[in-house]
Amino acid sequence: MSELATAAHLEGETTGVENRKLGMWVFLSSEFLFFGALITNYLLYSNRAGFSGVYPAEIYDIPFTSVSSFVLLMSSLTMVLAHNALSRHDQNGARTWLFATAALGSVFLGGQVFEFTEFVVNYDMRLSSNPAASAFFVLTGFHGTHVAIGVIMLLSLRGMSRRRGGLSDSHGMNLELVGLYWHFVDIIWIVIFTVVYLLSAPPA
Amino acid sequence: MTATAERPATTIFRRPRSTTGLWSWLTTVDHKRIGILYGYAAFFFFVIGGIEALLLRIQLAQANAEFLTAGAYNALFTMHGTTMVFLFIMPASAAFMNYLLPLLIGARDVAFPRLNALSWWIFLFGGIFLYSTFIFGTSVPPVSPDGITGNLAPGGGPGSFNWLADSPDGGWFCYQPNCGPLYSPGTAMDYWALGIQILGLASLVSAINFIVTVFNMRARGMRLLRMPVFAWMTTVVAFLLLFSLPIIAVALFMVAFDRQFGTVFFAATSGGDPILWQHLFWLFGHPEVYILILPAMGIVSEVLPVFSRKPLFGYSAVVFAGAAIAFLGFGVWAHHMFASGITPVAQAAFALATMTIAIPTGIKIFNWMGTLWGGRLRLSTPMLFAIGFLAMFTIGGLSGVTHAVVPSDWQQTDTYYIVAHFHYVLFGGAVFGLFAGMYYWFPKLTGRLMSDRLGKVHFWLQFIGFNLTFAPMHWLGLQGMVRRTWKYAPETGLEPWNLAVTVGAFIIATSIAVFMFNWYRSKRRGALAGMDPWDARTVEWMTPSPTPEHNFSEPPVVTRLDHFWHLKYDEDEEGRPVRRPEADEMLAHLEDVGRHPTTPIHLPNPSYFPLVMAVGIPLVFYGIIYHTSAWGKALIVVGALIMLAALIGWGMEPLEEPHEAHEPEQEGVEEESGHV
Repeated sequence: MSELATAAHLEGETTGVENRKLGMWVFLSSEFLFFGALITNYLLYSNRAGFSGVYPAEIYDIPFTSVSSFVLLMSSLTMVLAHNALSRHDQNGARTWLFATAALGSVFLGGQVFEFTEFVVNYDMRLSSNPAASAFFVLTGFHGTHVAIGVIMLLSLRGMSRRRGGLSDSHGMNLELVGLYWHFVDIIWIVIFTVVYLLSAPPA
Repeated sequence: MTATAERPATTIFRRPRSTTGLWSWLTTVDHKRIGILYGYAAFFFFVIGGIEALLLRIQLAQANAEFLTAGAYNALFTMHGTTMVFLFIMPASAAFMNYLLPLLIGARDVAFPRLNALSWWIFLFGGIFLYSTFIFGTSVPPVSPDGITGNLAPGGGPGSFNWLADSPDGGWFCYQPNCGPLYSPGTAMDYWALGIQILGLASLVSAINFIVTVFNMRARGMRLLRMPVFAWMTTVVAFLLLFSLPIIAVALFMVAFDRQFGTVFFAATSGGDPILWQHLFWLFGHPEVYILILPAMGIVSEVLPVFSRKPLFGYSAVVFAGAAIAFLGFGVWAHHMFASGITPVAQAAFALATMTIAIPTGIKIFNWMGTLWGGRLRLSTPMLFAIGFLAMFTIGGLSGVTHAVVPSDWQQTDTYYIVAHFHYVLFGGAVFGLFAGMYYWFPKLTGRLMSDRLGKVHFWLQFIGFNLTFAPMHWLGLQGMVRRTWKYAPETGLEPWNLAVTVGAFIIATSIAVFMFNWYRSKRRGALAGMDPWDARTVEWMTPSPTPEHNFSEPPVVTRLDHFWHLKYDEDEEGRPVRRPEADEMLAHLEDVGRHPTTPIHLPNPSYFPLVMAVGIPLVFYGIIYHTSAWGKALIVVGALIMLAALIGWGMEPLEEPHEAHEPEQEGVEEESGHV
């Protein structure tokens, strides 16, 4: 919503939160249910006995995934630094930190590609192996897709800032929106890493 | 008529500027026009779904009839249910929400006008995608390794219309593994699963938009508990959509992955759990029935007070009961699964939870009755439909409570008793409520009144036809007539009542034809309505009819509930309303100001990009269905590129072009009704 249209409503009843920001929060509340359902699917199948093939929990490489999780968590830090730089009107700093965030996100994605490849090639665990494998790939795949969309958003934000002469004014809002989304994706990964990787075990 | 703006520095293309003609409708971001588009599209699908129902009823009018093949019958009941739920009631409610929500809260538009247009286009293309199954879809007999046959093979048995069988045939609930790759090969169920996914996306975008609109865009003084009940129910429905759609999205992705990419979520042969689908589907599906009924409840809560000349009895109780229904609605899904073998503890818990829903529902019903009680009733057409809603919905609600009793539910599961129940709540409830709203707000849309005489003919035909159709289904069901079965034997003795049901269905069809004629004629030649034809209570009537493009020249400053009414009426010592002497002068002033704003008003400019973005989505989904072929992959790439291009264009385009005021037209009824 631009300044023009909100002006008519300045006198009206509002929450005081800018429309786009409120919209992003509302959208993210829906996304929690989306991942909630996917994680539940995984928990339902992850330790059910009697499946043929390999269970995901038998072949996790916890040290490797810990490192890539750390990389993703650090990207939340760089996102905050980008926001901080912009609030100090430090254009170059904000651009740099945005780029760093996108780079860390890409490293995480690379790690996921490597992990999937390992599972398929070395352990022959595929989408069709058993319901636990299906649930694992679809859950982490959808999370990876969200990260990839986030990386695209970060890079577009950075690209557009060049064209429009800086990340100021309404672009500050955009940076905050992308930041909200990015932190959400990270938080979801914390849950996935804890529940799906650390706490799940194959059937005894 | 395509006039284009001077190219602003920030955009790539010239911006569409036409205000009339086809192009203006393709690029509109005006919530009123989007509402009208939703309305006509929903009614179109209502007619399609109705024709499907009539074909089903012709087949069932006689025992052992050979009008439809078994395959055609399966396809028709699947598409009838899917159409009426996803392509009629939901978008018809969305039509009311779009048109009315900003008006009811005194706003100029929704929070995100272009997203609003995007929702509409996604919905339309989703509907077209789903229905394209009749052209492209295939339904082939299952090849089962264990010799179990799943769906009836297309063309099973004698009968005609077998060409319809090449379409989704697993019911609107798509139970697994029947709808999985093993028992429903062919692409028809893919069209269903992905089509519903597209429609869900449209609803999700709308839900976000409406929530932000309600929380951020209200006129001054329009506190939350001064909002009209319909605005409240819109909010509640938006939250229901927000939290239930992601669940069905996950479930539909699981079906699509099972069918397309070889996952085994629901494949019992690999250890998958088909009951999981039922949980996920009904965890969405039960909130969905409140998504269908709450808008109608909101409409009725607006209509009853106006035609009783009394405030709504227990306004806050009605609002909170609506919210309570929505909240409880997430905790009752397994009552759809009492016959699916869930544990006794779960059965008891869900039976109790289901019965608690009767409490807020009962509160609403008693509040509506309290509104009628002692009122000076005017039995105009909207009021008749509202009272019809109240009576029919109560019957449907009561038969619903009988499903909460587990042993009784076992007896009723998969019989016509269930069909009777949900048609009483969804047709007798939701559809009667929607018609009440159509007659009530028609003047707002067109500046004219619908014929009350034809309206009454419509009401009584529909009321009689409705009861003749669905009341006998109660006892047909209790006698053991099963759902989703294309024929029954003559010795069951079910034939006479089935014939009556079919006659009733055709009476309903006749009543709808009367409505369509009334609408068509009244739009051209109906009596001029003036600004406040019903002596209404809420602020949408404080602006001329048909609504000017800018809604309000000066957004109202609201001082209390039923603000408009209290501007017109005072109370005498005994609490009776007395019209203020200055009321007519005030109305004339409001009309004048509404038509001729004194200050320039900035409105969002039309945009190509919602339409372009929405075009890309079905292309990607077609591509997914045919992803094994090269052209399927190409479709995915093309669709994704179109969406990316639209996204970039959208991002670069400001909502409003700077320095461009909306020039208020000197509109009369004639010019404006051309928009409808």
